[in-house]
Amino acid sequence: MMEGNDGIGEGMAPLLEIDGLKTVFYTDEGVARAVDGVSFSINPGETIGLVGESGCGKSVTALSIMRLVPDPPGRIEGGSVLLDGRDLLAISEKEMRKVRGNEISIVFQEPLTSLNPVFTCGEQVREAIGLHQKLGRRESKEQAIEMLRLVRIPDPEKRYGNYPHQMSGGMRQRVMIAMALSCQPKLLIADEPSTALDVSVQAQIIELLLELREQLGMAVLLITHDLAVVAQMAERVVVMYAGVVVEEAPLGRLFAHPAHPYTDGLLASIPKVDAPVERLSAIPGTVPDPLRLPPGCRFSDRCPKRMDKCSVTEPGMFAVAEGHRSRCYLCEGSGP
Amino acid sequence: MLAFVCKRLLQSLLLVVIVLTVTFFLLHLAPGDPMARYFHPEIAPETIELIRERLGLDRPVVEQYFKWMGSFIRGDFGMSLQYNRPVRSLLAEAIPNTLRLTVAALILHIVLGILLGVISAVKRYSPFDRVNTVTALFVYSIPSFWLALMMIMIFSLKLGLLPSSHMQSIGAGELGGWALALDRLRHLVLPAFVLGVASAAGMARYMRGSMLDVLREDYIQTARAKGLPEGKVVLKHALKNAAIPIVTLIGLSLPFLLGGAVVTEKIFSWPGMGRLTVDAIYARDYPVVLATNFVVAVIVILGNLLADIGYALLDPRITVTGRKGGR
Ligand SMILES: Nc1ncnc2c1ncn2[C@@H]1O[C@H](COP(=O)(O)OP(=O)(O)O)[C@@H](O)[C@H]1O
Ligand SMILES: [Mg+2]
Repeated sequence: MMEGNDGIGEGMAPLLEIDGLKTVFYTDEGVARAVDGVSFSINPGETIGLVGESGCGKSVTALSIMRLVPDPPGRIEGGSVLLDGRDLLAISEKEMRKVRGNEISIVFQEPLTSLNPVFTCGEQVREAIGLHQKLGRRESKEQAIEMLRLVRIPDPEKRYGNYPHQMSGGMRQRVMIAMALSCQPKLLIADEPSTALDVSVQAQIIELLLELREQLGMAVLLITHDLAVVAQMAERVVVMYAGVVVEEAPLGRLFAHPAHPYTDGLLASIPKVDAPVERLSAIPGTVPDPLRLPPGCRFSDRCPKRMDKCSVTEPGMFAVAEGHRSRCYLCEGSGP
Repeated sequence: MLAFVCKRLLQSLLLVVIVLTVTFFLLHLAPGDPMARYFHPEIAPETIELIRERLGLDRPVVEQYFKWMGSFIRGDFGMSLQYNRPVRSLLAEAIPNTLRLTVAALILHIVLGILLGVISAVKRYSPFDRVNTVTALFVYSIPSFWLALMMIMIFSLKLGLLPSSHMQSIGAGELGGWALALDRLRHLVLPAFVLGVASAAGMARYMRGSMLDVLREDYIQTARAKGLPEGKVVLKHALKNAAIPIVTLIGLSLPFLLGGAVVTEKIFSWPGMGRLTVDAIYARDYPVVLATNFVVAVIVILGNLLADIGYALLDPRITVTGRKGGR
């Protein structure tokens, strides 16, 4: 039995190492444990897919890494987030500002509302460059235009002066990506970067992210509830459920040998080209409210393979194979 | 932009004519007689009738209206019935005084309102915010004449810090330079505060709400995620958005400020248009009432026009030329 996230990428120091991260929200109805002891790590240049249904705590995990959880009502209550060995949860706010947008960047889900409507798109990209690279207005503007070109916005000199409302959703998401990558971050967090877009535009954005990763070599934390997107981009997958990691595995292994019944359910709900649509099976039930978690395993009330002990005590993380862990009693003792 | 301004100015002109017409007939329909000031046992009724005839006040109201409008359009505001002086010269004295008072109050309204509102929003639920909320509610709900009397009582009578009336001390004209400016400023403090503080309280409340809404927006999170310091997030990214509805509010508050000036000027013996208007209404001094009404209408309409232009300048999504998008 193994706790934590050892045994991955032997010999390589991870870029980001999250350990026991706990983020809670103090609401009127009680304390919501949105992220309840999440641990995983990201190696330099690696793409991790963070998946799970809506409400599992993926976005809160991302915001916690950036220390952008709205406080109040939220608060990071425990754990550590090491970036190159430095704990981001322990440094001052001033130091953290040098990390945001510079070493770690984030692209949010909603391109329509994530850009400030009263500033031009170019200015919003330029601002990040001017802030972190200590460049003058002219140099930072030139570099901002280069960034717009990099994300394949046509006619970037002209588009620089456009306001967000003059651009389509896909173009705006490109601006967001340009802004995020403008200071060559070591890690890009992409929180459902294509979910809010039209299907055809979604594919273009994923295509763009693939290209940029190739070109710039940054690590990517790709958050999505769409396993098909993960299959395109990620090398390793972390599955979250109700605030905890329930499974972690290399991409191929996860698809071939899912160890957790929740992952099974997620995989079964991917539409397959060769299967009739009726066969598409979503997992019955919904993600529990973090205010009302079931006793024992958090998935137990929806689990088709539930055993008696599942609703008594919560299982720990069990090693299934090299780099493959699962939070399910079925995997107890099955490890290497 | 220019076409928009021209169109608005033309509309405004029509509006001013309507306002003046309505005021004219309302004044003449209201009971009271401008000749009442001459009613006196020693003045023969025939003499009064003679004066009435000479002033044209014996003619039918509609005829008086067209005669008055005719000269008004040519810029002749007529003679005050009360002071026997051209209305124009009365206005020339009163307008700068009222402007001094209302501009001071407007600055207080905007600066204090925005400042308190922003701090309250950023430090939401802090002791500062709570004190601010209660004070704003208090100031907003008390009548301004009562506030004026309290301020005079405390700052003029008890503490003797500030003068309680008039625009400058007697004989201050001889002081000249900075001493005169300081003397005038000291006279301005109480009336400007009384006039501006209630609307500043309203503005602070509105600003707080607007700012809180904006601070919840996704693009504020984007600004923070860039690594911007919180001050820049609030003062650059949030304030510009939160200020958009505020510009309209400033335009809308102009009539209230000018209306409030009537009471404030009366209490502080401030020789402005408010006092002139009130006295003219009591004396049924029609030409003066109509002329001050005209000036107020023009100021209010110009203020609203400026607010609309400011709105368009702040918000790139609005095009002033209207439906088809801006050029
Ligand atoms: N601002 C907030 N206030 C209270 N609860 C929140 C807030 N943001 C998130 N949560 C809680 O955190 C849980 C996880 O949310 P989130 O991380 O956004 O899920 P997702 O996996 O879809 O990104 C939600 O179920 C919600 O109860
Ligand atoms: Mg989310």
